[in-house]
Amino acid sequence: MARSITFATIISFMLLSFNMYGQHITADTAISHDSVVTEKAHNPEGGFKPGDFMLEHILDSHEWHIITVGHTHVSIPLPVILYSKVSGLHFFMSSKFHHGTESYKNFYIAEEGPNKGKIVEKVQSEHGEKEIVPLDLSITKVVFSLLLSCILLLVVFISIARKYTREGIKAPSGLQSALEPMILFVVDDIAKPSLGEKKYEKFLPYLLTIFFFIWFNNMLGLIPIFPGGANVTGNIAVTMVLAAFTFVITTINGNKHYWEEIYNAPGVPWWLKFPIPLMPFIEILGLIIKPVVLMVRLFANITAGHLIILAFVSLIFIFAQISPALGYGVSVLSTAFALFMSLLELLVALIQAYVFTLLSAIYFSMATAEHH
Amino acid sequence: MELVTPNVGTIFWMLLFFSLVLLILKKFAWKPILNSLKNREKSIEDALKSAEHAKEEMQKLKQDNEKILADARRERDFLMKEAREMKDKIIADAQELAKVEAKKLIDAAKQNIDNEKRNAINEIKMQIANLSIEIAEKIIREKLDEEKQKQIVEKMLDEINLS
Repeated sequence: MARSITFATIISFMLLSFNMYGQHITADTAISHDSVVTEKAHNPEGGFKPGDFMLEHILDSHEWHIITVGHTHVSIPLPVILYSKVSGLHFFMSSKFHHGTESYKNFYIAEEGPNKGKIVEKVQSEHGEKEIVPLDLSITKVVFSLLLSCILLLVVFISIARKYTREGIKAPSGLQSALEPMILFVVDDIAKPSLGEKKYEKFLPYLLTIFFFIWFNNMLGLIPIFPGGANVTGNIAVTMVLAAFTFVITTINGNKHYWEEIYNAPGVPWWLKFPIPLMPFIEILGLIIKPVVLMVRLFANITAGHLIILAFVSLIFIFAQISPALGYGVSVLSTAFALFMSLLELLVALIQAYVFTLLSAIYFSMATAEHH
Repeated sequence: MELVTPNVGTIFWMLLFFSLVLLILKKFAWKPILNSLKNREKSIEDALKSAEHAKEEMQKLKQDNEKILADARRERDFLMKEAREMKDKIIADAQELAKVEAKKLIDAAKQNIDNEKRNAINEIKMQIANLSIEIAEKIIREKLDEEKQKQIVEKMLDEINLS
């Protein structure tokens, strides 16, 4: 019973979300003749640009746009923190930019050029006006969402940890029983088989943290409205930091045998190592490629998932431009496909968390393997 | 291009947030959770082991009980047999004793009867001797004729017979 209610809620949320995308676009096209507001999702002629529409949802931004009704944009302003070599440290809310239409203290969001979408500063120099890019430490949509998910992770796991401490060896209940299988999955099916009984405990806290971090953020990214919907694990900076953690832990824990395999791999003909160190070169390349692959895999999978769903939604508006009736007709099919993709993404969210954690565990086990 | 270019600000915050989450969860979440899971696993293992132990103990106890029961049964049979034998013996003894006693009584009675008889015979003999002496006295005192003597003797003899 409870399960079917949850399922119904998820479905209705999804339908609602497409509705919202719909409102967003129709509102934009309706106000497109208004010269004050220029949205990225449409060009001045009023046509719908699916590429820009999809990128707007995938990319980061300095405000959290929720909905546009008629002429009003509903969005949450986020803090902008800038450090400029010219004018020093600045701290203000992104609402000062009026959705990217105005400049504030010589700062504005570039609309074209190599810095498109970034905050740039207009400075005077001997050659006249010049655009420079300040160091941008703003709490952007992705960073804000990251903060929310980190708080969620801390609240969830510290609360169940307290329950574990309080209830001792009693059978789990509530949230604890929902997450315990996942914790045991990481412990028994990822950490133990790849690292072995002796070493797995050392890496377990990190493996559990990345698993739940990636999983939670993937799932939150699938919720189309406010607290979710930001493309956190589909942001290359986020996946880069995660991969960097795995790389650093692997390198720190690398034992003598691990480095020997890299610099002087046994069982390889000597002429592959001397005078041209071909094998060491390939091995060192491999060291770097491993985390890069981790970074790209997570980023690409999550971004692609979001893109496909957005593409199905875009189809509705592309056809609606041709004729409204066609738009309504296509919407049925598009919604069905987007729904299917959303459900698939629920699975992908878990699989990507699993793959990242498993590969990290395997890299750690390679770094700590004993000579055999 | 923006999509695949990591943003410095995002990297900075991600590094900060993720490190904090990792450290806090490691200390306040994973440690107690994993400890508790390990304890639970251990207690389940212990419980299973002790159940197995109890089962063995039970088996042993059952065997002991059966042995005790068998012993008790044997003991009972033995006691019953002994009691029966004792009863038989007591009855037999009593009968023997009674027989002996009866025989003794009968013997004593016979002895008595014999004694009485002998005494009686002796008394009769004595009486006869006395009577004879009396008769002889009377005969001598009377000094009667032969006829009369004969008559008296006969009369005396009749009297003796009668007595």
